Amino acid sequence: MARWGMTIDLDRCTGCGNCMAACHQENNLAAVGAAETQENRAFHWLRVLREVSGEEANLEVTYKPVLCVQCDNPPCVRVCPVHATYRNEEGIVGQVYSRCIGCRYCMAACPYNAKVFNWYEPEWPGDLQRKANPDVSLRPKGVVEKCTFCHHRVIRAREQARAEEREIRDGEVTTACAESCPAQAIVFGDLDDPDSRVSRLARSPRAYRPHADLGTRPKVVYLAQQE
Amino acid sequence: MSDEASHETRPAHGLDAVDVSDLLRSVERPGSGFRVATTLLLLVLLGAWVIFGRQLLYGLGVTGLNQPVAWGFYIVNFVIFIGISHAGTLISAILRLSNAEWRRPITRMAEVITVVVLGIGGFHPVLDLGRPDRMLNIFSAGRLQSPLLWDVSAITAYFMASTVYLYIPLIPDIALLRDRGARPQWLYKFMAWGWRDTPRQRKVLERAVSILMVLVIPIAVSVHTVISYIFAMTLQPGWHSTIFGPYFVVGAIFSGIAALMMVMIVLRKVFRLERYLKQIHFDNLSKLLLIMSLFWFYFTFSEFLTAFFGNEPSEMRVFFYKFSGPYAPWFWGMVVCNFLIPVVVLSFRRLRTISGIFIASTAVVIGMWLERLNIVVPSLANPRLPYPSGFYVPSLVEWAMFVGGIATFMLGFVLFARFFPLISVWELQEGREQAVRETMERVESYLPDPRPRES
Repeated sequence: MARWGMTIDLDRCTGCGNCMAACHQENNLAAVGAAETQENRAFHWLRVLREVSGEEANLEVTYKPVLCVQCDNPPCVRVCPVHATYRNEEGIVGQVYSRCIGCRYCMAACPYNAKVFNWYEPEWPGDLQRKANPDVSLRPKGVVEKCTFCHHRVIRAREQARAEEREIRDGEVTTACAESCPAQAIVFGDLDDPDSRVSRLARSPRAYRPHADLGTRPKVVYLAQQE
Repeated sequence: MSDEASHETRPAHGLDAVDVSDLLRSVERPGSGFRVATTLLLLVLLGAWVIFGRQLLYGLGVTGLNQPVAWGFYIVNFVIFIGISHAGTLISAILRLSNAEWRRPITRMAEVITVVVLGIGGFHPVLDLGRPDRMLNIFSAGRLQSPLLWDVSAITAYFMASTVYLYIPLIPDIALLRDRGARPQWLYKFMAWGWRDTPRQRKVLERAVSILMVLVIPIAVSVHTVISYIFAMTLQPGWHSTIFGPYFVVGAIFSGIAALMMVMIVLRKVFRLERYLKQIHFDNLSKLLLIMSLFWFYFTFSEFLTAFFGNEPSEMRVFFYKFSGPYAPWFWGMVVCNFLIPVVVLSFRRLRTISGIFIASTAVVIGMWLERLNIVVPSLANPRLPYPSGFYVPSLVEWAMFVGGIATFMLGFVLFARFFPLISVWELQEGREQAVRETMERVESYLPDPRPRES
C-alpha cells in the first residue's frame, strides 16, 4: 500500500500561480468572485503565499505554495463530530461532502488553515460548468472541502495497474498542481517506496515538514530555499 | 438580626393570605403589561427570524464569517448563554446543599434562568451549522471521540436535570394555584400531578430534591468544562491550554451570578417584591460575585502570564492581538468590566446599593461576553505562520440573532411569571414554619457539648 506524499522545492518555485489555476480546473472549484475574495473568502485548495522581507529599496519576495499537508495524525479528523473527514489507508485525508454538517470544527482545529467552506451556493460562471471534470464531484453549499491529493487520479492509476497485474510505477500518477508546474518544483509519489523520486527528495538535507513540532506528521515536505 | 426581630413580632404560622396573593399576583392578576411585553418581545423575535431567513436561503455567506475566522458571534453567544445557565441550577443546588437559609426566595428564579438560557444557548450551534438540515447526522453518524459530541451529551443531560429540578419543587405551588382556581385549570390540574400535600408526598418531594441537587452539581461543572474542551482540545495558540476547563467553569458561575442579580433586581422592581428580595440577599450574592471576580482575575492572569513568559511566536501573535492589537479595546474593556468595576463597587458597603449592584452585575455580564469574544476570534484570526491574519466583522444577521436571543430570554421570564410564581411560596412558608427552629437547633449543634455531669 502506497503512502502518498509531496515535495515542494522552494528554490524552484517562481510564484507563477499555475498550480492554483490547474487545481481549480481539475477539482471543479467554484469561483467566488472579487467581492467575496475581498471578504477573505477566496476559495482555493492550494494557495501561493507571498512573504515580503527586506528594506524598501531592496525588497525580497519569496513564494510558498500551501495546501493540505495530509497529516498522518490529522487534528481535523479527531474533532469531526460525524465521521465526515477521515484519513484513508493510503494516508490521504478526505472529506465526505454528503455527510458534512458544516460545523467548521475541522477548520478551527486545522493548524495549516487548509480547509475551505462553501459560504454560498457554489457557482461556476460562464462555460466552467460545461468544462467540469467528471471525475470530481461538485460540492453543495454549507459544507467543508479540501485538497484530496487528486485522489481520483490515484484511483484511476490503481485501476489501470490492477488491470495490468502490476504495481503502480513511480511517476505514473501525479497531481494537477505537480503536473502543471513549469519549474517542476512539485513532486508527487509514494513516500513508503525508498527509491521513489519523492522519497529521495524528502531525504534531502534541505527538507523540512511544516510545523512538524505539532506531531501532525505532515506528508507535504518543503525543500528550504537556499539562494 | 432584623429577620429574627421581625419573626418575634409576627405570628409563627406560615405566610398569611395577603403574602400569598402578593406572590401569586403575576399569575392571578397579570394585567395589560403582560400582553404588551409578550407582543413586543414576539415582534422582536419574529424580526430576528425573518432576518435569519436570509441565512437559510443563501447560506452562511450572509454572516461576517470567513477564512480563517470560521467561528464568530454564534459560538461566542453559545458559550456565554450556556455559561449564564450556571447561575441557576448550580447556585441553587449549592445553596440548598449548604443549608443557606437565605436561598428561599432566590432559588426559583435561578432555576428558571438555567432552563430558559440553556434552551437558547443549546440552539446556537444549530444556527452556526452550514447544513442544519443534516443536524441529525450527529446521532446517526456521531463520533463520540469528538468534543462536539461531548457537548451535545453534557448539555442534554444538564437540560433534562435542570428542567426536572425546576419542576419538582414547583409542584406544591402548582397545586396551590390549582386549589385557588387559577386558570387555565387543566394546566395546573395536569402539572400538579395529584399533589395533596400529604406527609408522604412531602417526604418523596424532599427526597427527590435532595437527590437532584447532588446530581446536578457534577453535571453543571461538566457542561462548561466540556465547552472549554471544544477549544482546548485543538492545537491552536490561545486555546490549547489545560487551565481552560476550570477557567470556563469559574467564568460561567461568575456570569451566572451576575445575570441572576440583574434578573432579581428587574423583577423585584416590576413585581414589587421588595419585601421578599431584601438587601441581605443582594449582599450575600454580591460577596459571591466579588469572590468569583477575584477568581476570574487569578485565572486570567495565570493564563496570559504563561503565554507571555513562554514567548512562543504563534502564542505571542495571539497575545499581542489582544493586548495591544485590534482587539485591545475588547481585551481591556473585559478587564475593566470583569475586575475593576465589580471589585470597586462590591468592596465598599457605601457603593453596594441595589443600583450599584445592578451596575456591577451588568458590567460583569458584558465583560464575560467580551471574554468569550476574546477567546474565540483572536485565536482563529491569527493562524500559525506563514498564514496572514484575518478579520471578523459580524453582519446584520448575527446581530439580529443576538438580539433575538436576548428577547427569547426575556420572553421566557415573562411567560414563566404569567403562569407560575417567581418565588417559591411553599418554601418560604416552610421557612417561616420550620427554618427558624431548625437553624437554632443547628447552631446549638455547632456549640461545644455540655460537660458530662460528674457523678
